[in-house]
Amino acid sequence: MRYRNSWEDAVVSKMKKVADNVMQIQITPVGSTEVFTVGSHLDISVLINDLPEIRSYSLVGRYSPNSPYTIAVKRLPASRGGSKYMWGLKEGSKLRISQPTNHFELSFNTPDYLLIAGGIGITPILGMAEELMAQNDKNVRMLYLGRSEKEMPYINLSKKLLGQNLIVHFSDVDGFFDTSKIIDLSNTETQIYLCGPIGLMNAIRKTWENSPFANQNLRYETFGASGLFAPQAFTVKIPRFNKELKVKENQTMLKALEEAQIAVMYDCKKGECGLCQVDILEVSGDVDHRDFFFSEAEKGENKKMCACVSRIANGDVVIDTAYRGT
Amino acid sequence: MQSFTMNESFPLNAWYAVAWDVELKNELLPRTICNKALVLYRKKDGTPVALEDACWHRLLPLSKGSLREDTVVCGYHGLEYNSDGRCSYMPSQETINPSACVRSYPVIQKYRFIWVWMGNPALADETKIPDMHWNDDPDWAGDGQMILVHCNYRLVVDNLMDLTHETFVHSETIGDRNVAEAPFDVHYDENTATVTRWMKNIQPPPFWKGQLNKVFDHDGTVDRWQIIKFEAPCTVNIDVGVAKANTGAPEGNRSQGVNGYVLNTITPSTNQTCLYFWAFSRNYNLKDQSNTTELKNGVAHIFSQDEDILEAQQKAINENPDREFYNLNIDAGAMWARRITDNMVAKEKKD
Repeated sequence: MRYRNSWEDAVVSKMKKVADNVMQIQITPVGSTEVFTVGSHLDISVLINDLPEIRSYSLVGRYSPNSPYTIAVKRLPASRGGSKYMWGLKEGSKLRISQPTNHFELSFNTPDYLLIAGGIGITPILGMAEELMAQNDKNVRMLYLGRSEKEMPYINLSKKLLGQNLIVHFSDVDGFFDTSKIIDLSNTETQIYLCGPIGLMNAIRKTWENSPFANQNLRYETFGASGLFAPQAFTVKIPRFNKELKVKENQTMLKALEEAQIAVMYDCKKGECGLCQVDILEVSGDVDHRDFFFSEAEKGENKKMCACVSRIANGDVVIDTAYRGT
Repeated sequence: MQSFTMNESFPLNAWYAVAWDVELKNELLPRTICNKALVLYRKKDGTPVALEDACWHRLLPLSKGSLREDTVVCGYHGLEYNSDGRCSYMPSQETINPSACVRSYPVIQKYRFIWVWMGNPALADETKIPDMHWNDDPDWAGDGQMILVHCNYRLVVDNLMDLTHETFVHSETIGDRNVAEAPFDVHYDENTATVTRWMKNIQPPPFWKGQLNKVFDHDGTVDRWQIIKFEAPCTVNIDVGVAKANTGAPEGNRSQGVNGYVLNTITPSTNQTCLYFWAFSRNYNLKDQSNTTELKNGVAHIFSQDEDILEAQQKAINENPDREFYNLNIDAGAMWARRITDNMVAKEKKD
């Protein structure tokens, strides 16, 4: 369910590095913190090139009365600008934040849980682990993947919380993660809660789709930030309007189209709803499909892409929009 | 702390009765609970389900749609939801938006009622369902109903916590001067409030005389009791009965009497309506099913008199927004019940 945001003023009460390139930011609203369930996120108004945009950050841990909201932000060298802004905050900085909302709600109606976090994807998962470990009738395992321990926030907390039920995978040492392992760890009653980089999410989704288990038992959340390639600048040609645009490395195609006053319908801006899809007429290089709207098969055809999140790597693209006027 | 409030509020972290067990079938049943529209149904295997009654997509009540086996199909664009509220089909696309779901609520069938937990699901503990075991205990027999009353649920609790009103509202059946005149004791703890009233060595009112004579041939005076127990936020079970006078009932020997329980749980629907579930169970004449029907009809008649009073009271409250209640000694039980519920609501806001 989607909720209308109500915005309020807040102050950064504490900044603390919790892993290489990960900053924990505690935010105290001017009013009181609202009760939230695990899996919730805050929308935060950030300034990118001095223009306000909205970014969503998962709340870390469980709600506790009189405690500030806690988020953790990874510094991405080639981000769309959100992480740069958040890292530039200081204790005492003022922010505009929404109420917590939850699009990644934890169900309590099964006995068996497999939590999967990849890197900064730990942020919504940690509270779920805390919540489930506090219930005494749940079988909970957590799989935490990352490059190495020093790049994985809250790893010690996770170890303490889950003990033997934590499985850690260091890709620096252990190499590529074989997703078939999640099938071995699951049964028909298992619900998976997954958050991580798109490569991991895609691989797990694909493995799960080919497993005997129900599709809706795999639950995941994405804020549309990561892709298979590092973001690069690329050129978009739109013959219908006789235009050629540069999409900068820290800009979305949707933004570039809007700035050129080429109308594209959109809604979620995180690659879920599919409203911003444009037709690909010609492409060189790779289409970095960062959305969760198109199926793997559709992505393979490269006939359409979601302008809000998807990009071109090592090449350029020629597109058409939905406009058919003269 | 305020001694009394006119609050209409209700806690969300509580089990609320939403239907009688027999009401729930493999079909969609809309009910508003705590100002939230729910759609209820029973899966093919009998498990009850409670979902938010608004499609994730464009908010059409799912209860306007249909049920296919255990899957809810939205009546507008055909989005489908499983019994966890997860969307399992979206039209004209190959994938499903990962955030597509409607909220599902913890739900349990117990004591012939369907109970739903409206608050934080992590706190939904089955042992917190109020004890209404008399409703399905083989040593007891009875039945009841659900009525939609157009008043705030707390007014019904007020009504049940002070039975002095029987004398005036139900004078031809259970009420007589003895109820209004007998002294009573009020006790409470964190979660309950109890009002105990013994009327010793009195002539039984017509209703109780009839019940006693189903078991005993007794024409004399009786000891009559009413032990009203409130369990927060909205359950009131009333232990009632009469025994031949001076046979030891007040001391615990009820063998020479008849005992009933008036079971009541009053679920807030909106701020101005409630779903009032009640039943009357007895521990005598268990195999006489006409007695069950007679009691159910009798209580239904009595409660229709309360309904009339309560709806008129709510209307008067609305028409006098600047007025508060005066309270009397007889209101002690109701006031403890309100305070316990207020504390529960306040605590919930804090943690």
